[in-house]
Amino acid sequence: MKLLLLFSDMLIPIIILAIICYGASKKVDVYDAFIKGATEGFHTVIKIMPTLIALMAAVGILRESGFLESFGSMIGRFTTYVGFPGELIPLTLVKMFSSSAATGLLLDLYKEYGTDSRIGTIASISMCCTETIAYTMSVYFMAAKVSKSRYTLPGALIATLAGLAASVAFCSYVI
Amino acid sequence: MQTILWEGMILIGIIYSVFTKNFTNISDAALNSSKEAVSLCITMAGVMSFWCGLMEIATQAGIIEAMSKKMKPVIKFLFPRLDVNHPAAKHITTNIIANVLGLGWAATPAGLKAMEELANLEEERREKERTLPAGEKEAAMQKGVASNEMCNFLIINISSLQLIPVTVIAYRSQYGSVHPTSIVGAGIIATAISTLAGVAFCKIMDRK
Repeated sequence: MKLLLLFSDMLIPIIILAIICYGASKKVDVYDAFIKGATEGFHTVIKIMPTLIALMAAVGILRESGFLESFGSMIGRFTTYVGFPGELIPLTLVKMFSSSAATGLLLDLYKEYGTDSRIGTIASISMCCTETIAYTMSVYFMAAKVSKSRYTLPGALIATLAGLAASVAFCSYVI
Repeated sequence: MQTILWEGMILIGIIYSVFTKNFTNISDAALNSSKEAVSLCITMAGVMSFWCGLMEIATQAGIIEAMSKKMKPVIKFLFPRLDVNHPAAKHITTNIIANVLGLGWAATPAGLKAMEELANLEEERREKERTLPAGEKEAAMQKGVASNEMCNFLIINISSLQLIPVTVIAYRSQYGSVHPTSIVGAGIIATAISTLAGVAFCKIMDRK
């Protein structure tokens, strides 16, 4: 456990060091190359900034209205029949829009049910296999200047559903 | 799609808040979130510049090329029509590796560059289609429409193949879990299943 966290802490410094040392050994002008790349990276961020503002404002409004939570607990009553705990629906819904808001809900679940309870475990696993779909799609498609996303959303939802089903199945039959 | 999503979020949020009578929070939410977005961009500009700078060193030193070579079969399988030597392939490779290692801050810059390059690729295809004789088709998408590569890339990205969910483990241990890492195995299986489902879906859509 400690070793694992230490490893993930060390990973980034090691990668940075390795790239710079290897670059220098290959006689790359490391500083020049860095500036060139950094300029490109900077421009990309500036380009997506308006999208991000639009999107985060909308997500903020939706989150603050409390709609996701109450909508989640409403359909949560039905999903209990297929074995998916209703308590987790708000978390699942919110995770599609905002990672930080989902973290808040996850910690609430930990406090209420305990990290090692069935709900705590399913919540933990499902957080590993889901992404903020709305955020990722908007920002990435903005970078490509695309407005028609075709089959991306259905595909993303199918992948997410499969991950959720796997989380529940794992907790029900394996643990 | 994005327009409907955006409108929907704002409409639902405001209408719902009128019913629950907490609309005073809404103006705060809109303003604070916009501010948050700008500060996020400033943070991201730093991270993104740093990472892209580092990647440029890695590219010039040939590290990325070596990595891409190893990943070639994977890229070829996921993006059959993408030339493995196209710049987009390089960024996709970096993005997938960063995601698997759980380096979210490194995955996003590479992912955004990949999308830009895929847009360029689509532009090249449109160019090519114009010069081709009538009847033959390069199957380029119109401007503003996602190419198959873009869809596949995002679906794979969103299915988030990840080896070690470091943040979840950290939260678990913080909230008194007896075995914070007990979910790692199940997490890997779940994320693998979600990625497999995503890939299978892409393969079916690709064939059409």
